[in-house]
Amino acid sequence: MIRARGLGRRFGDKRVLAGLDLDVGSRELLLVTGPNGSGKTTLLRLIAGLIVPTAGEIEVDADRAHIGFLAHEPLVYRELTPLENLELYGRLYRIPERRERIGMLLERFGLWDARHESTAALSRGMLQRLALCRTLLHDPELVLLDEPFTSLDAAGSELLLDELTDDARRTIVVASHQPERLGDRPTSRLALAAT
Amino acid sequence: MTAYLADVAALTRKDLLVELRSRDTVPAMLLFVVGGLVVFHFALADDSSRLASAGMLWIALLFTALLALVRSFVAERDEAVIDGLLLAPCDRSAIWLGKTLSVVAFLALAELVALPAFALFYEPVTWELVAGVALANIGIAAVGTLLGAMAAAARARELLLPLLFMPLAIPLIVGGVGATLAEDPGRYLGFLALYDLIFAILSWASFEYVVTE
Repeated sequence: MIRARGLGRRFGDKRVLAGLDLDVGSRELLLVTGPNGSGKTTLLRLIAGLIVPTAGEIEVDADRAHIGFLAHEPLVYRELTPLENLELYGRLYRIPERRERIGMLLERFGLWDARHESTAALSRGMLQRLALCRTLLHDPELVLLDEPFTSLDAAGSELLLDELTDDARRTIVVASHQPERLGDRPTSRLALAAT
Repeated sequence: MTAYLADVAALTRKDLLVELRSRDTVPAMLLFVVGGLVVFHFALADDSSRLASAGMLWIALLFTALLALVRSFVAERDEAVIDGLLLAPCDRSAIWLGKTLSVVAFLALAELVALPAFALFYEPVTWELVAGVALANIGIAAVGTLLGAMAAAARARELLLPLLFMPLAIPLIVGGVGATLAEDPGRYLGFLALYDLIFAILSWASFEYVVTE
């Protein structure tokens, strides 16, 4: 699913990633660990195609329509409601039976009652749940999760773990400082060092 | 084509909804354009020429447009929502077109107040002026949205956008003032339409390269 050779990325003079070789098979779960500044987020953004490498090459066997990316920010509009945000993304991803899928995700992640509230009024944990709904909305084959447990309470973490462990159809790359929270699912590990 | 237009409609609707809820942009534009016209009214002598008053109107409209353009990609950049939009499988030019249409709507709202104010303080509004303003709106929004997306990535976007936009807006001012005052406004309206066509195509085609690496 993902193949990288000699992957590197610089931002100006700062080298964030260098000489990284990576193979992630289909339906595999890769856990990326490393200290702050080691390039975990940069690696996820390279895989998502949001930035391009400055060295080496990366191939991803999934196009934009089949990638779900949970970033540091929820990537939603604060002025819209959770329902309106998911409606917007649902339209852009051309999801069949969009309303049913959105309703199911809002129910599953405990946001149904807050669906008409302003997103700006949501707590950080609720925002993270909304971000997870957005990430999974189009049922992506490849899921990229950047610190997914941030701000999630125990119930929210359980929901996320259910999603990661129940559905073995997906290829998942998780960057996290809390690898123990991933549970028992077999994982490959990539430890990045600070550059 | 239908799917593309549906994407554009969804993105435009989103921008209008965001503005309706936040009221960050249009109220500021209305206050600025009316305030500008009032101040210019007192700055100009009673016997000042039509050229001076038309020039003042177009300057007020241009600076008002800058308010909309500077804010056009704030939500997308500050909250990084642009990443979410770029990951979506829609044609990325739909993001530009949706944003351009919403900027045109904001400009039209400002001008609904500005043109009557111009008529009140200066001289009657003619159809040539209305046509010139409508055509200039398209050019301002098309070029300004592209430059707004470029500037939004910079920390000094409030400085960068005017620096990039003003030189490209000079033809719009020339065309707008010409359409307002010339005996043969058709020539200037044609010039504005040509500007719109060329820069809309350029902006539409280059937007993807501006927002991605």
